[in-house]
Order: sequence, then C-alpha cells, then structure tokens
Amino acid sequence: MIRDITIGQYYPAESAIHKLDPRVKLFSTLIYIIALFCFRGIAGFVIITAALAAVIKISKVPFKFMVKGLKAIVILLLITGVFNLLFTPGDITIWSWGPFKLTDAGISNAILMVLRLIYLILGTSLMTLTTTPNQLTDGLEKVLGPLNKIHVPVHAIAMMMSIALRFIPILIEETDKIMKAQMARGADFENGNLIQKARNMIPLLIPLFVSAFRRADDLAMAMEARCYSGGEGRTKMKPLTYDKKDYIAYILDSVFIVLVVAARVFVPFPM
Amino acid sequence: MSIILDKVNYCYSEGTAYQIQALKDINLEILDGQFIGIIGHTGSGKSTLTQLLNGLLKATSGNIYVDGKDIYDEDYNMRDLRNKVGLVFQYPDHQLFETTNFEDVCFGPKNQGLDRKEIELRAFEALRNVGFPEELYYQPPFDLSGGQKRRVAIAGVLAMKPDVLILDEPTAGLDPAGRDEILGLVARMHKELGITIILVSHSMEDVAKYVDRLIVMNQGEVMYDGAPKEVFPHYKELEAVGLAAPQVTYLMHELKEKGLDVNVNATTVKEAAEDILHALQ
Ligand SMILES: Nc1ncnc2c1ncn2[C@@H]1O[C@H](COP(=O)(O)OP(=O)(O)O)[C@@H](O)[C@H]1O
Ligand SMILES: [Mg+2]
Repeated sequence: MIRDITIGQYYPAESAIHKLDPRVKLFSTLIYIIALFCFRGIAGFVIITAALAAVIKISKVPFKFMVKGLKAIVILLLITGVFNLLFTPGDITIWSWGPFKLTDAGISNAILMVLRLIYLILGTSLMTLTTTPNQLTDGLEKVLGPLNKIHVPVHAIAMMMSIALRFIPILIEETDKIMKAQMARGADFENGNLIQKARNMIPLLIPLFVSAFRRADDLAMAMEARCYSGGEGRTKMKPLTYDKKDYIAYILDSVFIVLVVAARVFVPFPM
Repeated sequence: MSIILDKVNYCYSEGTAYQIQALKDINLEILDGQFIGIIGHTGSGKSTLTQLLNGLLKATSGNIYVDGKDIYDEDYNMRDLRNKVGLVFQYPDHQLFETTNFEDVCFGPKNQGLDRKEIELRAFEALRNVGFPEELYYQPPFDLSGGQKRRVAIAGVLAMKPDVLILDEPTAGLDPAGRDEILGLVARMHKELGITIILVSHSMEDVAKYVDRLIVMNQGEVMYDGAPKEVFPHYKELEAVGLAAPQVTYLMHELKEKGLDVNVNATTVKEAAEDILHALQ
C-alpha cells in the first residue's frame, strides 16, 4: 500500500538519458523550467512539447509510470485551474456572477497554468526517475562546489541529502512491517475519528522512531570506524567526468534555448 | 481449528517492473494441535506464507479456508481470524512500543475489547507462560536483551489466546543458549497449552528435535511435506537448495556406508546414540 508512492523514485533502465552525467541533467532541467515559464506563443509551446516527448521516449521510462506521479497533484491542478478561470480580469467578459467572472484572458491563463504545472512535474520527475539519488547529490555537490569558498558546507549538505534519500525506502519498508506486526495484535489504523486515529498511530510511530535513531547511531559509528572526516581531501570512487554524449547534450540544450527564444521573438501569439 | 490452502499464489507489486512471485500454487492442510516446522532458504516465501495465514496479505489467487469458511468471503470477519491465528514477527523491535513490558503485552487483549481485569489477568498469564522474569515486568522494553525481547513479543501475541500460534524465525539473532531456551519454551507451550504451533526457521537443526511435521519451502513452492523422518532421507536434495539435514543424519548414513548396521532415520542425537550403542553390542 505504502509502496505505491512514486515521487522521487528511480526507474532502472538502460537508456542514453540514464547514462548522462547528472550535472548535464541538472542543467537541462533548469533550462527546461526557465523555458517553461518564459516561452510565448504556440511555436514555443510546440518546441517544448517536442523536446519533452523526445526525452521521455529516449529515457525508456513508460509514460504510464510518469502519469502516476501526476495523480498526486490533481487537486493542486484543479484549484489552480479554477482560480485562474474565475478571477482573471480580461477584455471580453463572457459570463459573470458576483465576484466571479469568466474572461478570455482567464480561459487562456487557466489552460496555460495547468499545462505549465503538468509539464513541470513531468520534466522534474523525469530527472529523478533517470538519476539515482547518489548521482544526483554527487552532481549537486560538484555544481555547488564553488560555494565552499564562501563557507557553505557543500559536502556536508550533499552527504546529509544522500543519507536521507538512502533511508527513505528503508523507513517505508520498516513502516510496512511495523504496521503489520501491530495489526497482527489487533491494531486498527483505518477507522475512528481524528483523535482516535492519531492515538492509534502511537504503536506505529514509537517503534519507527526507536529504529530510526538506532540506525542513525549505527551509521555514525560505521562511518567513524572507516575514518570519515568530512569532505576535506576526500576523493571519489567514481569521479564525474564528461564524455561525448554529455557534450552533445549540452549542444542540444543550446539549440533548445535558441529555438525557444526565437519562437518568443518571432511568433509571440496567441498567448 | 483447521486451515486449508487451495492453490494459493502470491505476487508482490503485481503489474509493475518489480513484480515478484513469492508463492506458487501452495496446497496445504493444517490440522488442530499439530506442531509444524516451516523450513526454507531466505527468500523462499516463508514469511509471506505466514502473513497469508492470518489475513495480513491477501492471496493473488487461490482460496484459504479456516474451519471450513472461505476467509476471502465478503462477510468473513478478518479481526476474528487475527484473534484466532496469532503471528509473532521476526523482529520484536517492530512491535514493542509501550512504557513497560507489562503494558505492551496488554496491547493485544486491549484491542480485543476485554475489560481491564481480564486484560491484566491474561498479560500475567502470558508473561508467566513465556518464563519472563517478574522483576522486569514494569521495566521499559527497549533495554532488554534479544532473548527477553522475543519473550515479551511472544507473550504479546499469546495474551490474545490464539488457537494457532505462528512464530517467524523466533531464534534469528540469538546465541545458541538463547536459541535453545526459546525453542524449549515453544515446545513446552505446545505441550501445555495444546495450541497448534507453526515454527518458521531456516535451520533444520533447530526444528528437527521438536516438530512432528516439516514443510520444506523452496523458491515459493512446497518441496517436501511430512514427518522429519520422511523428509531427512532426501538430505542430498535439501543440500542442493541450500539447506542441510541435521548432523546426525549425515553421521548415520556414513556409519551405514562403512558397514555398521544402524537406523539412518534417527533424527535426534539421543535416538542416534542409543541406536549406535545397540548396533555395537
Ligand atoms: N514487502 C515486499 N515487497 C516486495 N517483495 C517482497 C516483500 N517481502 C518479501 N518480498 C520478496 O518475496 C520473496 C519471499 O520473501 P519472504 O516471504 O520474506 O521469504 P522468507 O521469509 O522465506 O525469507 C523474496 O524474493 C522477497 O524478496
Ligand atoms: Mg522471513
């Protein structure tokens, strides 16, 4: 039951996207998000759609799997859509009732915002689906490396992130087991009012916390035993290096930027 | 109380890239009062099977009948089933949560809706039955030794007075002394309380001495099902799937090969010793 959460999951597959350097993927995602919020006109939209579709296709992640992640934000999409639809002032008012009015600008705004959110989720989840949490933090650590000079503890932050990410599936599995063990003793996690439900969580939360603290303790001990002492002078087992496909990806990114800017300048309608 | 499994299959994460068929076409009949050992390599589906027996997992296909009633019928009372089939999980840390051991044992009976007096009575009885030292009754469960934690966990289920008690690897992580104590305790509970016991383990040596029926699992299938005496002669096949017969089985077979007229079906050290003495006379 608890295992069906897909946000932030990795989808193992053999594809060119999976093999890209995480820095390339971080940079590309950033470009993609900026493009998503800056593009204008139908041409720009077509370019972004084509780029997203192509990357999804190459990544070999089933589209069905990606759509599952969207289910979590259906409510958010609905609220965004309705608010934009009813509260945007515009030139032509089609219908109005009290403070609510339906205008031409409202309709196009609503459609645009909902599409932007969907594309945002698809694009960012594509990055997490094709990059293991470890690669992702490695990439972040390298990209943010220069911040070390102004005394931001980049390595420590990256290490904390990767440990946290590493422990999410373990804790989910543990939660599942504890729930079952308590259900075998007649615990009920589903029925009752809010207060009862909160109280019924105690037999789940206490063993979970005890075990999380114990794991943290063990991990700290194990790291210490192997002489871990922070980022200073630490080398990588698999240092990040760019190769041909990464340069090709950067070139494609540049082409993408040029196309989106060109579309904005030359075809800035109908949005 | 009888449990019948009819062509039961179980699949984890069905329909995803991570699909795992954990149980394949399991047919079993568990009769009242039996002492059953379920043996198998890690990942052979033992834990999955135990969770099907008390309704924590629902079979992907196939039927389970308890006392002649299909537990997947819509009007079947699952809570009732969990009261009748008690399951003690592998790690006691997954269930101990109360401020004292005594309160923790009270958790099960409390969920059964009994009154306070009856709850405490049952908790006392259960803790006594598992031989838990009285001076620790009102201590927190988190600082106990592994063996004592197991006892509290077993008592926590026993206090619900199940007809069938399933123990999933109750000896995992214990030293030899602790292991013998827990196994002895389980055997004693079977004799004194007259309940059906299903003991899950991956070590033959553990269960051979105690059980009257062995179910050997391999890759989600039942490989052998019978009295230890019927199963151990297949020691070569057992070895092939990463299990081993008790050491006496090997000894007796070797003696027989060397020409000593012994009974190769001896399963315990005591039996074997008597038999060898007899053959030497
Ligand atoms: N919660 C789960 N989700 C997915 N797969 C599981 C889960 N629990 C067990 N499995 C898989 O099912 C198979 C049987 O596991 P299990 O019943 O725990 O075996 P055993 O108890 O004999 O070690 C194994 O391959 C295991 O990896
Ligand atoms: Mg198991």
